[in-house]
Amino acid sequence: MDIFLTGLLLGGTYALIAMGLNLQYGVARIMNLANGEMLVAGGFCAFWFYTAGQVSPFLTVAIVAPLAFAANWLIYQVMLRPLVKRAKTRGQLESDSILATFGLSFVAVGLMLAVFGGDYFNYSYLSRPVTFAGENYGLNRVAAFCGAVVICGLLYLWLNQSRAGLSMRAIATAPASARLVGISVGHLAAIAFALGGAVTATGGALISTFLTLDASTGVMFTLKALIIVIMGGVGDVRGTIVAALLLGVVETLVASLIDPGLTLAAAYTLFILILLFRPQGLFGRRQT
Amino acid sequence: MTAAEIRTLILAALALGVAALLPLTGSGYWLGLGLNIAMFTVLATSWALFSGPTHYISLATAAFFGLGTYTVGLGFETLPYWSLVALAGILGAVLAALVGLATLRLSGVYFVIFTLGLAELVRQVITWAQNMSGQKGLYVLTDITEDHIYWQLVGLAALVYLVGWLIGRSRLGFALRIIGDDEEVARHSGIDTARAKVLLFMVPGAVAAITGAMLAPRYVYIEPALAFTPMLSFQVVIMALLGGAGRLWGPLVGVIPFAILWETISSTFPNQTMLLLGVSFLVIVYVLPKGFVGLIDTVRRRLSNREGWT
Repeated sequence: MDIFLTGLLLGGTYALIAMGLNLQYGVARIMNLANGEMLVAGGFCAFWFYTAGQVSPFLTVAIVAPLAFAANWLIYQVMLRPLVKRAKTRGQLESDSILATFGLSFVAVGLMLAVFGGDYFNYSYLSRPVTFAGENYGLNRVAAFCGAVVICGLLYLWLNQSRAGLSMRAIATAPASARLVGISVGHLAAIAFALGGAVTATGGALISTFLTLDASTGVMFTLKALIIVIMGGVGDVRGTIVAALLLGVVETLVASLIDPGLTLAAAYTLFILILLFRPQGLFGRRQT
Repeated sequence: MTAAEIRTLILAALALGVAALLPLTGSGYWLGLGLNIAMFTVLATSWALFSGPTHYISLATAAFFGLGTYTVGLGFETLPYWSLVALAGILGAVLAALVGLATLRLSGVYFVIFTLGLAELVRQVITWAQNMSGQKGLYVLTDITEDHIYWQLVGLAALVYLVGWLIGRSRLGFALRIIGDDEEVARHSGIDTARAKVLLFMVPGAVAAITGAMLAPRYVYIEPALAFTPMLSFQVVIMALLGGAGRLWGPLVGVIPFAILWETISSTFPNQTMLLLGVSFLVIVYVLPKGFVGLIDTVRRRLSNREGWT
């Protein structure tokens, strides 16, 4: 039971990261492989503010999110828009953006290595246990989970209730038709990309309160987020959340029952099962 | 065969003969560099055989390579070396077929993501198995010298070029060119696209595993982090695309400068190799989308145009 709850707590944070990637891939159509580096950068900020000025990571989010939003908006406008314009087909945009964001991700890792060195970094924040149903859980994990739930909830409401959210969903469903009904696709795609980056960086700040990160761990998070997005279905918020919780639970199960070194293998097993039996995602409809 | 083909064949045989003479210089530095170039030529050329026509970016090279290395590492005491190299090739082809069957029926993104984590996945499983059995790494002690490894790799390169040339002339190669242009059209004209892609993906899988098997004696001590280094997959992608994946000889044009650049950077600024990888990817996307081959073609076209005008 405690394994299950720990898994859910981890999955909540995963949901936040995957949600960021889903916005970038579902709406802006950019398969962003530098997503994990944005997460690590968010974690670095939280670490730096906490060790330098004892600022709570939950307050740092207020700085990290706008910064990440601006940075990702710039990345989209400067680097990715030319690719979108150049691409003749969806496939070409996909391979171009994969290569470009790979480049970005390596540059980001290289810069972070140069600035912070290759050491692991972690700090101790809210690391006292809370007791729930007779078992102990780290308070930082619970707090990060609550933060993730709040942000996911706000995002869900925004996507489903506001006019901008409606436009976003329209682009995700049919980009060509969205243009016809007067939606500024280019403009909104940039915003979706920036928002996705901000959400991921926030996730990074939250996750750094209980996980040890280093400059080159980003790619593992990118992989997990990708697996979650595909499992949940591209552009599907509900599916992303369920898939993230599922992955969190399965990973924790494998880590505590078999071997902590096999977490990626566990995620991959899920991924293969999805590819073989439901390639359209957990809640997706088969395309005709 | 046409006259042009015979000329190319003679030139290729000459180049191969010259390349095979390198160990006679007796210089360790040149041999080491030559080994790297030969290894990456084999890997990048076989990579481009699949990814050139299909435009699918495979990041699984390191997984196949490590599989080959481990085949030799685990079996060299019981089986003769040559049979292990062949076995590595078969295992690589089987793994490639499995990966292909799971992912190549779907869109390209799934394939990229799957191959991205494949090396890490196999590495985790092997590390876990080693922890279970209590051993850490493997010693490969043979009397195979670097000269032998180099000649093996040159021979393998010749084989890869031959296979590539044959595929280009075969029905499979024709089918793949159609798939690369428009998969929808290919399907409507009766090509089993998934089957063609899986079959072709087995070639780089087998070749990378054989390369790993050939290089195992060079490492002497094998451990998962060394055999499955993810960097290898990215280097291969960069070299192949930098040269140009559309032609058989394209990757070679990328391998030679990049291998030398990598050697220089990693010996003088060992911490900046990540940055180098990143910048190379960006250069490929924004400056040289068709690689050096595309650049050469453009220059040649401009020159011939100018002649036409005057």
